[in-house]
Amino acid sequence: MTTNLKFTDVEVGTKLPALSVPIQRLNLIMYAGASGDFNIIHWNERFATSVGLPNVIAHGMFTMGAAIRVVTDWVGDPGAVVEYGVRFTRPVPVPDDGVGAVLEISGEVTELLADRRVRVVLTASSSGQTVLGKARAVVQLA
Amino acid sequence: MALNPDFIGRTYPPSEPYLVGREKIREFARAIGDSNPAYSDVAAAQGLGYADVVAPPTFAIAFVHASAEVAIRDPDLGLDYTKVVHGEESFVYSRPIVAGDELVVVNTIENIRAAAGNDMITVRSDVSTTSGEPVVVTTMVIVARGTDAQ
Repeated sequence: MTTNLKFTDVEVGTKLPALSVPIQRLNLIMYAGASGDFNIIHWNERFATSVGLPNVIAHGMFTMGAAIRVVTDWVGDPGAVVEYGVRFTRPVPVPDDGVGAVLEISGEVTELLADRRVRVVLTASSSGQTVLGKARAVVQLA
Repeated sequence: MALNPDFIGRTYPPSEPYLVGREKIREFARAIGDSNPAYSDVAAAQGLGYADVVAPPTFAIAFVHASAEVAIRDPDLGLDYTKVVHGEESFVYSRPIVAGDELVVVNTIENIRAAAGNDMITVRSDVSTTSGEPVVVTTMVIVARGTDAQ
């Protein structure tokens, strides 16, 4: 673990640079292949709408994986993320309309912990609605 | 049908070893749209002190989820898999995963509880190297919609 971000340079309330992640169907297909999660609701609109969903929805784990970049971009070394947890509160519909969805991600240091670690609370929303709850990471700083 | 609470605490035998591939890490990082060089460039990862490319924080799901199905698809548990949604997920790392790691997963049903007519099952997956070094513990909460009410 090697990061240049020093514990002493961070305080409660430090905001991480926000991110905006566009999501198209192609991203879900790539994620299905990379993760092995081929659940039909993530790629087949006919099936997704037949089970009551508004459209094909992003894998919760895709959203979780994309969101933590707000922390790993900030800290540089991805191995500095020692804990990461989320609750999946609302699905992210990804329409096949040439635009798709956009995930808006931000993060803020909420607690200074022992051993030069900090807690970061993340927020993730799409179309103005929160999609991850209790999204928290513990990050090892230098 | 309510789920069988006797399954709380049940631990399943270790998975077959999963060899973490460099190209699999690169593929996973591309799929989540993350161009951090530590995921793709061996020299960049080594510059951070790793033996090979490092895996993104959620990479473990690529092999943990399949192994956890041993637990959630256990026919005696009584879970209707067509009604399952992913409720929560967490990762607690002892150290990052790097390409070349050979990892085994031990799955335990940590909790089963009913809430608002749904069944919620917590599966804990302990991931360690084949030589026994702990790497990461993942915890997944899955929600089976409405199984209580039927």
